[in-house]
Amino acid sequence: MTVRSEGSPAEKLPAGGAMRVMGSETEYGIHAPSAPGANATMMSARIIQAYATVTRQRAAGGAETRWDYTDEEPLHDARGWTVNRAAADPSQLTDQPPVLDAEAVALAYGRQELELDGADESGSLLMNMVLGNGARLYVDHAHPEYSSPEVTNPRDAVAWDAAGDLVALSTVRKVAADASLPAINLYKNNTDNKSVSYGSHENYLMPRSVPFGDIIRGLTPFFVTRQVMCGAGRVGLGQDSSTPGYQISQRADFFEAEVGLETTIRRPIINTRDEPHATADKYRRLHVIIGDANLSQASNFLKFGTTAMVLSLIEAGQAPKIEVHEPVQALQAVSHDTTLTTTVRLLDGRRVTALDLQWMYFEAAAKLAQETGVADSVTGDGHTHQVLSHWESTLATLGTDPDAAASSVEWVAKKSLLEGYRNRDGLAWDDARLGLVDLQWSDIRPEKGLYYRMLSRDRMMRMVDDADITRAVTEPPSDTRAYFRGRCVSKFGKDVVGASWDSVIFDVPGLGKLQRVPTREPLRGTRALTGALFDRHPDAASFLAELLGQAPPPARS
Amino acid sequence: MAAQEQQQPQSRETETEVDVPEAPPAAPEAQASESTQGVDDLLDEIDGVLESNAEEFVRAFVQKGGQ
Repeated sequence: MTVRSEGSPAEKLPAGGAMRVMGSETEYGIHAPSAPGANATMMSARIIQAYATVTRQRAAGGAETRWDYTDEEPLHDARGWTVNRAAADPSQLTDQPPVLDAEAVALAYGRQELELDGADESGSLLMNMVLGNGARLYVDHAHPEYSSPEVTNPRDAVAWDAAGDLVALSTVRKVAADASLPAINLYKNNTDNKSVSYGSHENYLMPRSVPFGDIIRGLTPFFVTRQVMCGAGRVGLGQDSSTPGYQISQRADFFEAEVGLETTIRRPIINTRDEPHATADKYRRLHVIIGDANLSQASNFLKFGTTAMVLSLIEAGQAPKIEVHEPVQALQAVSHDTTLTTTVRLLDGRRVTALDLQWMYFEAAAKLAQETGVADSVTGDGHTHQVLSHWESTLATLGTDPDAAASSVEWVAKKSLLEGYRNRDGLAWDDARLGLVDLQWSDIRPEKGLYYRMLSRDRMMRMVDDADITRAVTEPPSDTRAYFRGRCVSKFGKDVVGASWDSVIFDVPGLGKLQRVPTREPLRGTRALTGALFDRHPDAASFLAELLGQAPPPARS
Repeated sequence: MAAQEQQQPQSRETETEVDVPEAPPAAPEAQASESTQGVDDLLDEIDGVLESNAEEFVRAFVQKGGQ
């Protein structure tokens, strides 16, 4: 009953459906309207610093923890090789802490700005936190990023992703309450419409035994077309929005390759970054970079749920045997057609719409779920039935009357608002007010964010109770190793000196050396396995003694 | 002179201004469905929420690259 008895068989989730270890990453757009020239990395650090203040108030002893970079491998390519560090783009070196120490900041931005922020005792700004809900909050390039804890199903993915928006909201409030700092706005979107994009990523755990070529073939047609259900909508066509209009996806115009390791340049439909953050010979972590950040819960639910089901199809060897001709161009053609009538060419010569392709995947996924029994509304896995029913009804609605999907599909919801303005005020697509509606749709403040204005009028569907999202801000999921990580941070925060997806590092007074507890099995460290252990021990020393005493850690390298 | 000016083709901007006072009489004819009314209410609310200088606000939103 420990988090790391790696010799015994791992716990398993029901196969064939929508259950899978998964998580989300959101890079927020960041902007200080009263200080438009402010340095984005500095502002992002302020956001992290603000949350450290919030959690310090919430939990005596401090709930912030440094990141442990030991197992980060951003240059490992899933196709079987590793990129030479010297050949990599500097933005790919995500295994090194972003060093922004006091001197560097002072040199770049002046000492006065540094003093406003407040460095910690070691003289460096806090750039990285592990949260009590198991998530990571940190500065990624020039954006604050929330990486959700690992969950096992799409409903929880929605809840802990939305919890990130509440975390972000609390930092915005904290900064706004400090009269000495310019107010900072955060936006859950993916482009500034001036040629820059930043990501919203998904992660899915897969067995390493699945050949990567199968993943590429099985996923590409799906990724080209799933945007019709989960695109967030964008005003403007082209990376710099130079062509007036409206398109389905925030991200589509920024993709230039079919397969690749990069995430910031030459973005590929299938990303090959191979950092399993888990036992590497058993698992791969599929890193998906093509999705839009979603505020719509229904779109987000379908994004995670249908993708998880397609991965189940690939694992079972039952993905539709289709190949899209020139998928990058097809991705953009689909995004640019809000009538959903554009066809893409398949290699077998057929021309099909995005909806046709989605129906092929739906039929195959429904068949597999039927065969494995996971879709049964009573005896199934409790999730797949709901994914299939939303997937089917969404495709049906989009096929008959796309506007009728305005309460669930995010790009349709945003479009309905924009069309309202166009009709009332006679605005052309390049009118700045429509650009503002697009931007402000994603403002995470409920009083300013237009998505939230729609939600408050019940014009947007909820998939998760508000109370569950609020709880997910502080509580980790119960059924993955995120439970262990989150509880360690919440309960023993002052003795935890670092953590990562697959480790928690303790510095317990009296022990003399750091204790690194590996958590390389994503389905261990759950409440069922460790809840009683946490409840039994009031302090980290006795907690670790029992944990390590029961199963000593394997020799550390 | 004033009458002549009024007979000249009006710019779209002027037309919009003239149309506003004429709109209310149309409402009693129940042309607007409930959903249209809902959209109008929504837009009215959002008018009050939108940042004031759209052009400048959108132009100033400049991001550095991300993943």
